[in-house]
Amino acid sequence: MRVMAQMSMIMNLDKCIGCHTCSVTCKQVWTNRTGVEYVWFNNVETRPGLGYPKRYEDQEKWNGGWVRNKRGRLKLRSGGRLKRLATIFNNPDLPVIDDYYEPWTYDYDMLTKAPLSTESPVARPKSLLTGKNMDIKWSGNWDDDLGGSQETAAEDPILATMSEHVKMEFENTFMFYLPRICEHCLNPACVAACPSGAMYKREEDGIVLVDEDACRGWRMCVSACPYKKVYFNHKTGKAEKCTLCYPLIEQGKPTICSETCVGRLRYLGLMLYDADAVLAAAAIENDQDLLEAQRGVFLDPFDPEVIAAAKAEGMEDDWILAAQNSPIYKLISEYKVALPLHPEYRTMPMVWYIPPLSPVVDVISTTNNDGEDARTLFAAIDKLRIPVEYLAGLFSAGDVVPVESSLRKLAAMRSYMRDINLGRDRDESIPEAVGMTGTEIEAMYRLLAIAKYEDRYVIPKAHVETARELEELACSLDTDGGPGMGGPTSTAAGPYGKTPGMPFNATVDNYNEMIGKGGEKTKPTTPGRLNLLNWNGSGAPKGLFPPIPPIIPPVADTGSPA
Amino acid sequence: MNPIDFLLWVAFPYAAMAVFVVGHIFRYRHDQFGWTSRSSQVYENRLLRWGSPMFHYGILMVLGGHVVGLLVPEEWLEFVGVSNEIYHVGATWLGSIAAVLTLAGLAILIYRRRLNTRVLLATTVMDKVMYLLLGATLLFGTTATVLFQVLGAGYDYRGTISPWVRGLLSAQPDPSLMAHVPFFFQLHVLTATLLFLLWPFTRLVHVFSAPIGYIVRPYIVYRSRDSHRGSGARKARRGWEKSVLPASARDRDDARR
Repeated sequence: MRVMAQMSMIMNLDKCIGCHTCSVTCKQVWTNRTGVEYVWFNNVETRPGLGYPKRYEDQEKWNGGWVRNKRGRLKLRSGGRLKRLATIFNNPDLPVIDDYYEPWTYDYDMLTKAPLSTESPVARPKSLLTGKNMDIKWSGNWDDDLGGSQETAAEDPILATMSEHVKMEFENTFMFYLPRICEHCLNPACVAACPSGAMYKREEDGIVLVDEDACRGWRMCVSACPYKKVYFNHKTGKAEKCTLCYPLIEQGKPTICSETCVGRLRYLGLMLYDADAVLAAAAIENDQDLLEAQRGVFLDPFDPEVIAAAKAEGMEDDWILAAQNSPIYKLISEYKVALPLHPEYRTMPMVWYIPPLSPVVDVISTTNNDGEDARTLFAAIDKLRIPVEYLAGLFSAGDVVPVESSLRKLAAMRSYMRDINLGRDRDESIPEAVGMTGTEIEAMYRLLAIAKYEDRYVIPKAHVETARELEELACSLDTDGGPGMGGPTSTAAGPYGKTPGMPFNATVDNYNEMIGKGGEKTKPTTPGRLNLLNWNGSGAPKGLFPPIPPIIPPVADTGSPA
Repeated sequence: MNPIDFLLWVAFPYAAMAVFVVGHIFRYRHDQFGWTSRSSQVYENRLLRWGSPMFHYGILMVLGGHVVGLLVPEEWLEFVGVSNEIYHVGATWLGSIAAVLTLAGLAILIYRRRLNTRVLLATTVMDKVMYLLLGATLLFGTTATVLFQVLGAGYDYRGTISPWVRGLLSAQPDPSLMAHVPFFFQLHVLTATLLFLLWPFTRLVHVFSAPIGYIVRPYIVYRSRDSHRGSGARKARRGWEKSVLPASARDRDDARR
């Protein structure tokens, strides 16, 4: 058993209102640069719909992820090592920019600088690739809110795989939103496909990153990722992807998309897993067994054996504690309401979803039935094949059982909590019907509905004392055109004001000093001493004064008493 | 010795070699972020799908041919049973196939680069200079081969150009070997030398990151946050290093504690 920690995310889809705040804030932080105009590390799709890039789930076309070969071993769907090298001059599976969309801007100048005329001036869309006028025909969320329309639903790869009875008749339509980021998989196909070895999974927290200095722009990661969550910066010629906002995570803070989520639907926390068991689990024969196989890879953070093994691997106590308090562990392993997105890609994704009950509730409400009555809801879940089968196509390789079980638990929670809120007697038969207890339902309700900040985000800080070197590192993305924007020679307007020519490295060590809070005394880099430049003047933190050397009592040479 | 010959066939090649080597080392150390093929596949794929593999496989064959023709002495080949006649037929035939592949591929690539606005706008001045030199080198080389090897009686470059190249590499340059080489061969050599001179400053550096190691490395790469140093992020720039207790003093401190 090799215990590793994985920073993971769960999104509660019932609460997503499709406002795209996560996408916008993510874009402003990470991809508001040249070369990545078309890139959304976080995007929100309306389902049913085509997704971004178009039809990315159609692996017959894109060849993303892994497949199990005849000998029962995993291989990349796009081919093995030799085939990859042979096709390195032209990646046969690479989406072109039009599969995402052609980025554009508007000639806003026209609005203020157009000469006086009888027509009002307009700002025409201009392609950011060619500078020419263009007709906007598609974008990252062009089919937003069009879930049931004939136009897009017909091309949804998941609907296409469902049985024939799915006709998108108006009365059968349903829709929900699916926010997506990088899955930070346990068995990442992008990492496996990178010929340069520039992509890696961090040992500490499992975040999958691109080493921009080592990336040589072969684009294999872009095509190998079945979720199409690695992107090619067409200006710098390097791959870029969602970083799970690791600079924030290292501080113990949630990612931008989570922090700014209006619906408060994102959860962040650790999962402990057995790294040695990943490959066997990912290579299990039946697609529909992959969900259970992945659950089997996760370790119980309360198990003394697991704790001992984790400590043997050098995991600190606060990380083990964080794993025990993790909302992710509760939702995946205890309540079993969260499900992975497309487990059949065999990458063992680590951004999971609580399937939305809302398509079911909507149907009940439109027929004037009680959408909060457990019996009505359970019956509807059984009866409403289309949304349930569709959800199964997304979250459990087509197996409706786990989706039904998850939805029934959500329905039970809805119904059970209504009785409590209305001051009625608790109906314990409701939790029993879904194999839970009333206490468990209430705890789940606290986590899902009340969703306190500190319950949603249980993020242990990175251990800086083991990473003393980190402080000196400049960010490898901090280059002209890189996400760090500007590089060390630029004039960074830091919290200390503009510091021409001075590298501005926000790191775990100096972050709190830099933002001026100074609330937390970080470890001095000189062992035992506080760097006075980092001291904010309040209190006398440890290490302000030199350590008092232990007074060794002079050993009086009195000779042997014996 | 004719000073022009010395300049063209000794000084210039050595200057190019020096720039080639030093330039690569310098760029590798200081411009890891810029070290990429800067692919334009995301802009356009229909033409690239044909042009790029044709060009690249062709140029690899060309490279192989040049290694055999220039670096391996005639006698060695004869020793392993490759007579002059066999060599000539093989070189001409394989060389022609490689030349056709490479030139056709390059033609598609240049056509695409010129006529696709997206690709054109992503083209730098250095790219254009590089294309010009690469195209010229290939054209002169092909012209020389067609004129002398295919249509003509055959020119024995293994008696002149090859020893000259080996002389350069073994630090015993002999410019007189190149003095009477046919004009197109001379042109080919000169443009190629110029291309080598500019090589480290173009996107051609991607040749040296051919990912051979991928065949043997494990699929999933794990890396510790601590071990970035050297492989990932850069060290602090010179003059910006943080002041730390000298190592010896720290050891003493630790020992005392």
